[in-house]
Amino acid sequence: MEIALSSPLQMPASPTSSEPARRARRKSVIPGFGLTMGLTLAWLSLIVLIPLSTVFVRSAGMGISDFVAAGFAPRALAAYRISFGTAFAAAVINGVFGLLTAWVLVRYDFPGKRIINALVDLPFALPTAVAGIALTAIYAGNGWIGQFFEPLGIQLAYSPLGITLALIFIGLPFVVRSVEPVLEDLSIEVEEAALSLGARPWQVFARVILPAILPSLLTGFALAFARGVGEYGSVIFIAGNMPFKSEIAPLLIVTHLEQYDYAAAAAIATVMLIASFAILLAINLVQAWSRKRLSA
Amino acid sequence: MNDILALFRTVRARHFLIAAALAFIALFLVLPLVAVFTEALSKGFAAYGSALIEPDALAAVKLTLLVAAISVPVNIVFGICAAWAVAKFDFPGKSLLVTFIDLPFSVSPVVAGLIYVLLFGAQGWLGPWLQDRDIQIIFAVPGIVLATVFVTFPFVARELIPLMNEQGRDDEEAALSLGASGFQTFLRVTLPNIRWGLLYGVLLCNARAMGEFGAVSVVSGHLRGLTNTMPLHVEILYNEYNFVAAFAVASLLALLALVTLILKSIVEWRFDYHRRSVAH
Repeated sequence: MEIALSSPLQMPASPTSSEPARRARRKSVIPGFGLTMGLTLAWLSLIVLIPLSTVFVRSAGMGISDFVAAGFAPRALAAYRISFGTAFAAAVINGVFGLLTAWVLVRYDFPGKRIINALVDLPFALPTAVAGIALTAIYAGNGWIGQFFEPLGIQLAYSPLGITLALIFIGLPFVVRSVEPVLEDLSIEVEEAALSLGARPWQVFARVILPAILPSLLTGFALAFARGVGEYGSVIFIAGNMPFKSEIAPLLIVTHLEQYDYAAAAAIATVMLIASFAILLAINLVQAWSRKRLSA
Repeated sequence: MNDILALFRTVRARHFLIAAALAFIALFLVLPLVAVFTEALSKGFAAYGSALIEPDALAAVKLTLLVAAISVPVNIVFGICAAWAVAKFDFPGKSLLVTFIDLPFSVSPVVAGLIYVLLFGAQGWLGPWLQDRDIQIIFAVPGIVLATVFVTFPFVARELIPLMNEQGRDDEEAALSLGASGFQTFLRVTLPNIRWGLLYGVLLCNARAMGEFGAVSVVSGHLRGLTNTMPLHVEILYNEYNFVAAFAVASLLALLALVTLILKSIVEWRFDYHRRSVAH
């Protein structure tokens, strides 16, 4: 599913028609603007904007010192470090293997390719709780894979390593589906020209392919990272959830809520919302930059 | 030149890259799926079946179906309205509106649940007012529906907006100038044009609605047999070390995911075909 992928943030290019033609279009004969726009704005406000504002209003009502005490308490800071650190590590690994997967799917033919292509979207379709318990069963000390690491003293599940594994699962399709369309549009002739001029394959990759796909790779990376930072369902089963060691920020929000400490929950949520808006902005900037580069 | 090209696309390099990608996918995507069904059937079919027909499991299935049956149609209506307004008209602030519609995708599911607790919970803005009137939203079905509508909010709209943008306004304008009413134009011209995109969005929306965990878990209160959806029921069983039952219920959700992927592949195939035939 191309959710949150290709163009959530980039508006389709505006029609390149001349100014008089545009003005003519504005006087559209199509009816229903008032009705559909009204419903859209009302529903958007009721379901998304007003509820989201509660977090900020609640935080604003706390006063700066209380907000900092709750939102940047040592346990909260440790949780941010774990959430952002594991999400970053998982997004880097997905950047490498997502690119590899996209490359193989676009450039090569092999039996079962269609099935693999459909399977890439599994993390979008599989409920996160199901992914969580399945990954835990695999990577726990007595699990299919965990048992080989246990004797080496490496604990895969119930550690930040386990969180990273879950986030690799969750983030993979974001990178593959971002890079794939750009790879498809890349003309092989340019690579062939570079090769025929004596470039080595790795030079072709570094100088021809990578620059062309870099914006989409960065977008996929940022989307996977953003999703990983907020992820809850797949992580809590495999994380171990030890404060300061393997407790993610969303879980800390839930813990505060269960103790009826709404203020602390709202403070941490505010920090996380601001972080995800910053990532959203970064994605927008990357896409604007890539569009400018393309049109140049 | 051919031998240089051959060097780049040597059979060995190709095989190595394919093998590496397939190994990664087998490890991270196939293995978890296999694990769900293996664990669910580890005590045999009888244990599997009895875990599924147990009353609390059935109640969870019913609640999940109910939540999806409300939130998916709501999102269809909203998605079509939003796409119509954005794609068929020009107005200032359009890209801001689209960014707002996408906002729920960048919010942590836990925060999505939290905002409704802050709004409707006992200590929330409307909490006292609701309590006086004996209306319960949080820790009850309405809260679960609201949280689900929030996390699935962009799915249909974001499929339809680019599609309807691409298709332009000419078809509708032609129909209207020939005397069709606005509603007839929508039903006979627009809807057939967007049907595959709509179906695609609905599939994804439904999968997320039935599978949502974080947001629903915050507002549900986890009352067994009352406010437990299937994903929440999986968690309870798992935390009680009732692994066979947990994986049995999880296997139903995994089947839902597989069916979604198959239907999605079919729609993609038809959808591409359809779009090409429109273009030419």
